[in-house]
Amino acid sequence: MSYEFLTIYWRDMLRFVRFRIALVASLIQPALWMALYGAAMSSNFSRLSSGMTVPDCAVAVSYLTFMGAGVIALTTLFTSLFGGITLLFDKNWGLMRELLASPMPRNHIIIGIGLSGVTKSFIQSMVIMAFGLVIGVRFFPGYSLLQRAGAIMGILLFVGVFSLGFLFLSSAISMTMETPEGLQAVITLLTLPLFFASNALYPIDAFPGAVRIISQFNPLTHLVNGVRYFAIGDDFYAIGVHYVYSVNDVLISFLALIVFAAAMFLVAWRVFKTAVVT
Amino acid sequence: MSENIIEVDGLEYSYGNFKAVDGVSFSVREGEIFSFLGPNGAGKSTVINILTTLLPLQKGSASIAGFDLAKEPEQVRRSIGIVFQDETLDRDLTVWETLELHGRIYSMPKVERRQRIDEIIKLVELQEKGDVRTRYLSGGMKRRLEIGRGLMTRPQVLFLDEPTIGLDTQTRRRLWDYIKMVNDSGTTIFLTTHYMDEADLVSNWIEIVDFGKIIASGTPLRLKDALGRDVIYLQTDNDDAATGIIKALKAVLNIKATSQGLVVTINADGTRCLPIVMSRLRESGIEIKSVNLKKPTLDDVFVHYTGRDIRNAGAEKLPRIQPRGGR
Repeated sequence: MSYEFLTIYWRDMLRFVRFRIALVASLIQPALWMALYGAAMSSNFSRLSSGMTVPDCAVAVSYLTFMGAGVIALTTLFTSLFGGITLLFDKNWGLMRELLASPMPRNHIIIGIGLSGVTKSFIQSMVIMAFGLVIGVRFFPGYSLLQRAGAIMGILLFVGVFSLGFLFLSSAISMTMETPEGLQAVITLLTLPLFFASNALYPIDAFPGAVRIISQFNPLTHLVNGVRYFAIGDDFYAIGVHYVYSVNDVLISFLALIVFAAAMFLVAWRVFKTAVVT
Repeated sequence: MSENIIEVDGLEYSYGNFKAVDGVSFSVREGEIFSFLGPNGAGKSTVINILTTLLPLQKGSASIAGFDLAKEPEQVRRSIGIVFQDETLDRDLTVWETLELHGRIYSMPKVERRQRIDEIIKLVELQEKGDVRTRYLSGGMKRRLEIGRGLMTRPQVLFLDEPTIGLDTQTRRRLWDYIKMVNDSGTTIFLTTHYMDEADLVSNWIEIVDFGKIIASGTPLRLKDALGRDVIYLQTDNDDAATGIIKALKAVLNIKATSQGLVVTINADGTRCLPIVMSRLRESGIEIKSVNLKKPTLDDVFVHYTGRDIRNAGAEKLPRIQPRGGR
């Protein structure tokens, strides 16, 4: 067993904490988003759904709480999709030749970048959860301290696997692209459909059939399922829609994310094995 | 056999239809400074990229430090150090971190690694700069750091791809001092450059390469002597008489009278010929006012073998894809 991937991890985290501006921005961005978009939308949605009735004894959650899970998911998506960009810069202007010419197996580069990206996503998710509590997101209703800790672990598990998948994808794209402009274009192209064809900010029940099917194959939907299950519960009403998650549903979502991450690793591995940078 | 640390046989490499390296064979002896000399685009970097395992071996065979490039690339990587042509530093890591990273990806144990970092920083005289990010280093310091990094793992061969490109004369001279020092301590140096004068000064052996082929090889001295074209410049009080006397000498190929004096081209070693010329002139009562001897440079060697100047050769990069007639 060799541990060179820890070196890649070390170096990427070093850069992360060194760039204070990038660090602070990456933490403020989801908070800002939740504060502005959440505040704006939640008043709209509560007006729209004011006529809808929730059965007695059922749990109804506010839109802010509903979308809090979505914000965790979307932030993880954006951060992870751009997580590999450092490889493109390394390739064009920096360390990549040094790394590729070293005896270190190349999959260590992918794994190292993956782990540092996951760490960043963990930090962001924790910040969002903490900030959410401040502005009125009601996560973990009636949970004991132990249950809360368990729920947070569950959320991070989902976030971690999801994040790895997109970091591997991002690494593969970065390694293939010639310019940052090209990378930006491809990632934007990917982001928007993933974003809109998901249940992050609104329910998918009302989607047209085709979009609904697509959203079932969207890793973002599966991440949001997991986060909502752990953060809100397995049976609740939001925006007039009844959400029920069985343990099976959640396991399937988790499995889908694992399959996705594994597939993306293979893609990235292939790209790195054959990569020629001179 | 055992004293050759690099063996290359029949190396070929093509980018699509374009053959960048066209059947190159050579060997490098342990402990020498070996230079690959040629204009930009001659195929030097392609060869160095193949030998450092950054490009796959398409055709031919090569071994470094006894390891086969095709079968044992990892051992090859562990035996070599590389200073790339372009800067390959993370600008936001410090000098110390740059070396630490290198030691770690080459799996150096911590104690040895830390000790070696101290040694290297001293060797390349960056003691004051250990905690400085590489973006704030001057061009020469960056190069020194990269050379130091290449030496971290005590490689048997250090590859230097155009190490002095873009640096000023003083910095270049200092870098060569380092490189010679490294070589003196036993590391074989594989060098590519298009600066003829630098290669001339430091190399034990030179291969001149053009259009992906080796066109001449030898020690710098032998390459230049093989041309046999030393030039003597003379100023006398009677050029006409002097011309007659010098013409009679067997070694003289050509003599020209210019406003600056006489220009004599000879096909023998000028250092031996010049005293004879001078004594003959004195015997005839001709006074010599000044004398100068010019040995051919590697530039002359290059022009001789390729028919063009190395400085202009790079400009022919594009047309070379067409067949080369007449050479």
